[in-house]
Amino acid sequence: MSKIKPSKGAPYARILGVGGYRPTRVVPNEVILEKIDSSDEWIRSRSGIETRHWAGPDETVAAMSIEASGKAIADAGIDASQIGAVVVSTVSHFSQTPAVATEIADKLGTDKAAAFDISAGCAGFGYGLTLAKGMIVEGSAEYVLVIGVERLSDLTDLEDRATAFLFGDGAGAVVVGPSQEPAIGPTVWGSEGDKSETIKQTVPWDRFRIGDLSSLPLDSEGNVKFPAITQEGQAVFRWAVFEMAKVAQQALDAAGISPDDLDVFIPHQANVRIIDSMVKTLKLPEHVMVARDIRTTGNTSAASIPLAMERLLATGEAKSGDTALVIGFGAGLVYAATVVTLP
Amino acid sequence: MAATQEEIVAGLAEIVNEIAGIPVEDVQTDKSFTDDLDVDSLSMVEVVVAAEERFDVKIPDDDVKNLKTVGDATEYILKHQS
Ligand SMILES: CC(C)(COP(=O)(O)OP(=O)(O)OC[C@H]1O[C@@H](n2cnc3c(N)ncnc32)[C@H](O)[C@@H]1OP(=O)(O)O)[C@@H](O)C(=O)NCCC(=O)NCCS
Repeated sequence: MSKIKPSKGAPYARILGVGGYRPTRVVPNEVILEKIDSSDEWIRSRSGIETRHWAGPDETVAAMSIEASGKAIADAGIDASQIGAVVVSTVSHFSQTPAVATEIADKLGTDKAAAFDISAGCAGFGYGLTLAKGMIVEGSAEYVLVIGVERLSDLTDLEDRATAFLFGDGAGAVVVGPSQEPAIGPTVWGSEGDKSETIKQTVPWDRFRIGDLSSLPLDSEGNVKFPAITQEGQAVFRWAVFEMAKVAQQALDAAGISPDDLDVFIPHQANVRIIDSMVKTLKLPEHVMVARDIRTTGNTSAASIPLAMERLLATGEAKSGDTALVIGFGAGLVYAATVVTLP
Repeated sequence: MAATQEEIVAGLAEIVNEIAGIPVEDVQTDKSFTDDLDVDSLSMVEVVVAAEERFDVKIPDDDVKNLKTVGDATEYILKHQS
């Protein structure tokens, strides 16, 4: 048997830079109320959301990713040509082939970086980060760009009162690279496919084949509805507050970090009520800065954690070197939590 | 050991106090969670989750809708606790 030379990676990995892109159009709750029977007060009290950003025609998944990534690369202080892999988590890029990651890798000026998309819903950032860490420690890339990007406004049924107000658009990116110290803890992740029906696309794309349109749902004007994300809100809320607090605790335990050691908590921005409940259950002390970016960003799925991270660092509410607990959870159902050192 | 009716009401009062900040003494069997105790639909989910843990019962989402008052919840827990 011939001996295969092993690859050689870095001892550890860390997040070196973060960047975000928020579409220029800010959409207040009043706009949402044009299509559903609700109120600004109800939306704020049940979700915390005051405004969200919706992307315009030029703010494509690729364009937003490139903007966010450019900032992350500059923040990391590296050159795009040093990036060995680009991982994009999205559920709202409508051309499945090829992966949008390849276009992003090219336009950023990487040197033929490996590039691929993943589908892990609102846990996408944690999934991507875990892949990146593995690649760096294993040695298949020195620097990895992880992007969470969504145009969820394209997948929102504006006539559905359970979801119309929730979703937003945007992109968040981090550069992950080598480190001499551990700066990304063990990932606690998993899936619960028995709950796959609780958040899903209303109709699969193949139902749109010609000849099969008659059975599709129609909007109030009689037009065939584009697929949208639908959910069993209460079931998801229950799962999030009950099960995800446990996963967050496991991630803290796995990293050997107590709530007192923690500086920042950046949960997926799904609902401020989920965030508040987790803070309570985890008994996070007062000094822990909690991301509540959802108020002005809505739920941007895979983009929410890096977007919130970037904002906390930009406003000075968190600082480089802080210890942060991150947890993503959503459609699948899937989840991923870990403790990181902020860039 | 199964909890008595009194213990359940007292336990629910503590839970509602913790989640919605309502004084324990205001939580009486005739009180409606939403109308009297400021427990909205999402806080109700938190109350249910806490009650499940405390009283070792399973309260499925479909049954939660029927638990309008503290008395409804008390009766449900009395009947279903293991
Ligand atoms: C979406 C969510 C805010 C809805 O809240 P909810 O309390 O579950 O809403 P319900 O559908 O049970 O409705 C509760 C009440 O509010 C009303 N309601 C529902 N939607 C409404 C709206 N948009 N505006 C005003 N009232 C509304 C209902 O009619 C109901 O009233 P009733 O009790 O008088 O019948 C909540 O379920 C949620 O955020 N879940 C988690 C979802 C999530 O985070 N998903 C993404 C994970 S990645």
